[in-house]
Amino acid sequence: MAIETLVLGAGQEVGKSCVIVNINGKRIMFDCGMHMGYTDHRRFPDFSLISPSANFNDALSCIIITHFHLDHVGALVYFTEVCGYRGPVYMTYPTKALSPLMLEDYRKVMVDRRGEEELFTSEHIAECMKKVIAVDLKQTVQVDEDLQIRAYYAGHVIGAAMFYVKVGDAEMVYTGDYNMTPDRHLGAAQIDRLRLDLLITESTYATTIRDSKYAREREFLKAVHKCVSGGGKVLIPTFALGRAQELCILLDDYWERMNLKVPIYFSAGLTIQANMYYKMLIGWTSQKIKDTYSTHNAFDFKNVHKFDRSMIDAPGPCVLFATPGMISGGFSLEVFKHWAPSENNLVTLPGYCVAGTVGHKLTSGKPTKIDTDPDTQIDVRCQIHQLAFSPHTDSKGIMDLVKFLSPKHVMLVHGEKPKMASLKERIHSELGIPCYTPANNETVSIPSTHYVNAEASDTFIRNCLNPNFTFKKCNSVETCGSTLIDRNLTPELQVEDERVADGILVMENNKKAKVVHRDELLLMLDEKKHEV
Amino acid sequence: MAFSPIPTSLDALSFEESNNNEKRQKIEDLLDVKSLIFAEPWYKTVNNLHLWNASLIDVILISSPMGIMGLPFLTRRKGFSAMIYVTEASARLGQLMMEDLVSMHAEFRQFYGPEESNFPPWLRQEELEILPSVLKDILLGKDGVESGGLMPLYSAADVKDCILKMNTLNYAQEACYNGTLVIKAFSSGVEIGSCNWILNGPKGDIAYLSSSCFFSAHAMTFDYRSLQGTSSLIYSDFSSLNDAQDIEDGDNNTDPNSDSLFPLSFQDLDEPILNSGENLEEMEKLAFICSCAIECVKDGGSVLIPINRLGTILQLLEEMTTLLEASAMEVPIYIISSVAEELLALLNIIPEWLCKQRQERLFAGEPLFAHVKLLKAKKIHVVPDIHSHQLLMNWQEPCIVFCPHWSLRIGPVVHLLRRWCGDPKSLLILEDIVNPELALLPFKPVSMKVLQCLFPSGIGLQKVQPLLKTLQPKTVMFPEDLRLKTSFLCEKSFSVSYYTEAEPLKVSCQKDSSELKIAADLASQFYWKTFKKEGINVTRLNGNLLMENAIDNILDGV
Repeated sequence: MAIETLVLGAGQEVGKSCVIVNINGKRIMFDCGMHMGYTDHRRFPDFSLISPSANFNDALSCIIITHFHLDHVGALVYFTEVCGYRGPVYMTYPTKALSPLMLEDYRKVMVDRRGEEELFTSEHIAECMKKVIAVDLKQTVQVDEDLQIRAYYAGHVIGAAMFYVKVGDAEMVYTGDYNMTPDRHLGAAQIDRLRLDLLITESTYATTIRDSKYAREREFLKAVHKCVSGGGKVLIPTFALGRAQELCILLDDYWERMNLKVPIYFSAGLTIQANMYYKMLIGWTSQKIKDTYSTHNAFDFKNVHKFDRSMIDAPGPCVLFATPGMISGGFSLEVFKHWAPSENNLVTLPGYCVAGTVGHKLTSGKPTKIDTDPDTQIDVRCQIHQLAFSPHTDSKGIMDLVKFLSPKHVMLVHGEKPKMASLKERIHSELGIPCYTPANNETVSIPSTHYVNAEASDTFIRNCLNPNFTFKKCNSVETCGSTLIDRNLTPELQVEDERVADGILVMENNKKAKVVHRDELLLMLDEKKHEV
Repeated sequence: MAFSPIPTSLDALSFEESNNNEKRQKIEDLLDVKSLIFAEPWYKTVNNLHLWNASLIDVILISSPMGIMGLPFLTRRKGFSAMIYVTEASARLGQLMMEDLVSMHAEFRQFYGPEESNFPPWLRQEELEILPSVLKDILLGKDGVESGGLMPLYSAADVKDCILKMNTLNYAQEACYNGTLVIKAFSSGVEIGSCNWILNGPKGDIAYLSSSCFFSAHAMTFDYRSLQGTSSLIYSDFSSLNDAQDIEDGDNNTDPNSDSLFPLSFQDLDEPILNSGENLEEMEKLAFICSCAIECVKDGGSVLIPINRLGTILQLLEEMTTLLEASAMEVPIYIISSVAEELLALLNIIPEWLCKQRQERLFAGEPLFAHVKLLKAKKIHVVPDIHSHQLLMNWQEPCIVFCPHWSLRIGPVVHLLRRWCGDPKSLLILEDIVNPELALLPFKPVSMKVLQCLFPSGIGLQKVQPLLKTLQPKTVMFPEDLRLKTSFLCEKSFSVSYYTEAEPLKVSCQKDSSELKIAADLASQFYWKTFKKEGINVTRLNGNLLMENAIDNILDGV
């Protein structure tokens, strides 16, 4: 028996997460993402590797989407509506609610701004979402008779989940993106102790260890405050969901405390609409926010207003949340073009930007000029603040999770190749667990657990459950008497109860294997003799 | 194990402002207001609860928000250590209801002062003897032996303590008790968070079917498919017991065809036609109630709606505001309860527990219930109690008031009834009250209009057999009380045994051996010895035995 893993995306890179796992005859697709850095065929996973004849319905048992980020869900609509996959798709309630917003936003950016040919329509998105089965955390979902899946809280963004899969005796977990430390609006990832053959984990921050998040938050607030008090404008390019809410809670709170009157804006209706969803999904946020829902819903922001395009060149300081994140195009790019040339202004960028985006160019090195397209060059004189907090776990968190779950095998995806290699080495040397880092379109095969089924007789079970005490007296009187503490540590009488099952396994022709107690075997043999 | 203790609150009292006398409930014949007991009310819980040794209970399963109400009576006892499993939604709704009851009950404490002893005067034998028979029956049961089930109410601290002791679950989440029992809850469709149970043990599995409902306009629908194929099933939906009685009584002021008795084959269960039929009927009733209420306010009367089933109230609220808007009337709607604000906020953040139609609202980005917009538009006013400043400031009559029910004995409903009971223009809507005569006794003479209505809940007698056939258990444990109403004589696919209250029923377990799983690497090292004559192979087995998730006995090599 083996578990076969084909990595279609996020192998030794970040972007278009998509992993196909063949586990005891069931084939599951984890995530169906797109790559934000490409606009050609490389943006989607190479689905032809799943089924050369494009018969995806027979080739896959189900699709599981871990969260609503485009690098995890971006190719789903294309796969179901254009490629024709008709089978079940599972995601959590918030992911089902919020994915269409992300997809629609992306479609608009693609078609309206970049003038590209659209890969899917709004109707496609709606049709695709109808196929999605929403699941709750910890709910054990029986996909079919043999295939069980279960979602665990992953932090990262609202509704993000790690998925546990069990087929027969083989068990595995695919983490998606997760965060091992709670932030302002989300809790930390949580999972049961499981007996896993395989753990597939993200490794965005495979080598980074982060310090206290309060220091990082203070730094961010200080930078923003300094900029607006100097009359500058702050551009915070974010995706509509996730960081936007996290930073907004942070700023709203700070504005309240410092009694600041500088306006905070959300671009377009998207983020405002997103907050509607967040209000209903408050059960998926952190404990602190959940506890206060009845008196004050944390997503009712007091100081946040709607932004209009005409306000881009309006005088005076302000803070603007604009989509998309990483300045990969759209409105955030439009505003960036206007605000970047002034040294009074500030642009904050997440710790990680996908290669190929303006955000990536800004964070790698200190460019003074940026080409946004062949005809446009922008002078960059504004300040750049890199947000040092990220909703991904750091390397310590990854190690903690691997250690906690102690799976038989670990596979790293969603990271950068050199960093992954060093984490792989650590997992192997420190935890003694074999670890793999396949590249895109590579397949890894690992053995899976298999049990032999047998029946156990009551006498045998009862015999095993009987206590099997051994009593040991502490034989050195001097040691026991030396100090009080010592005596507490080693009681004079030590009791051990080691219950080792000791029975006889009987295989009779055409019957199921049976485990019995010694005495029973003699009985069985006796009976046979009489029969003869 | 105790399944869902159901407290009845019938012995609640009321007091009259005019003469400061306390009263008890009364009966038709000799009853009058004065025969009611005037003392801090006690509450009725499971019979003989006091005789159980609380420390001997291992597991408690709570199947609905209402089913929590009696739990603090048990959890406050010494030595209580059972694991309590309950769905998260039931726990939160139940907590709110308990807090509301405790806060309303405080009115009595204030009025009567602290109780002097654990044995109030009205509980003395000689006092009980002179009570009218209806009251006696309520207090002591028909057999006169149930006084042990009477308890003084728990405190807010008891409630808090009880909540801390609960283990909350999502639907279909596996909880493993002691390694030997895997417990799962599945939606029953009756109320938000209500559920049926599946228990998996090493020797077989049991389904516990509590009150369930095929159609729901708010709660997640009855997930009967997940209960399929267990070896035993405990049928515990007693709602048809009441249904049948109500039909016999025939004192339904709304349309009397509350249960149309068309035959049903088991495939029908899957057909939406059946559900929509039930749905339609419920919608008609709701529409009727709403139109009565609108008529009433048009005439200048006020409408009082004591809250019984949460779901019905939410629907009434939505329907009524739509109608009011359509008729362009500006009539204020008040919801008076100490927990109403929190309850309404809570309802809008639990999409995972709601029916498909409500979940679609989440996916469309709309509030799950209409009351969110109504609150914002100030069309409904939510206040904690009748004396609240906010209520006094914008009180207008005629109006429509929703407030807690509790057999009309406690809380804001008492004060409002006193105000309106003499007004023939006003309307009281009573849903599913066992003895309306008795309930209204303290307010006599009642000249306000009373509309009684009954919504079918539960599985319904004619659906019991088809449902059980679909579920395919091997054995069914059925209540003796329902024996005469359902005949399983021609039933071949499962056997039936009948259970009665307080009598243990022994059901033989289905397997005489347990499943054992042996790790493959251990199995590969076996040294087999063959007894050719007997035709069997034997080998010695050595390893660690592990009990996990009720079935997996895994033997690892030593």
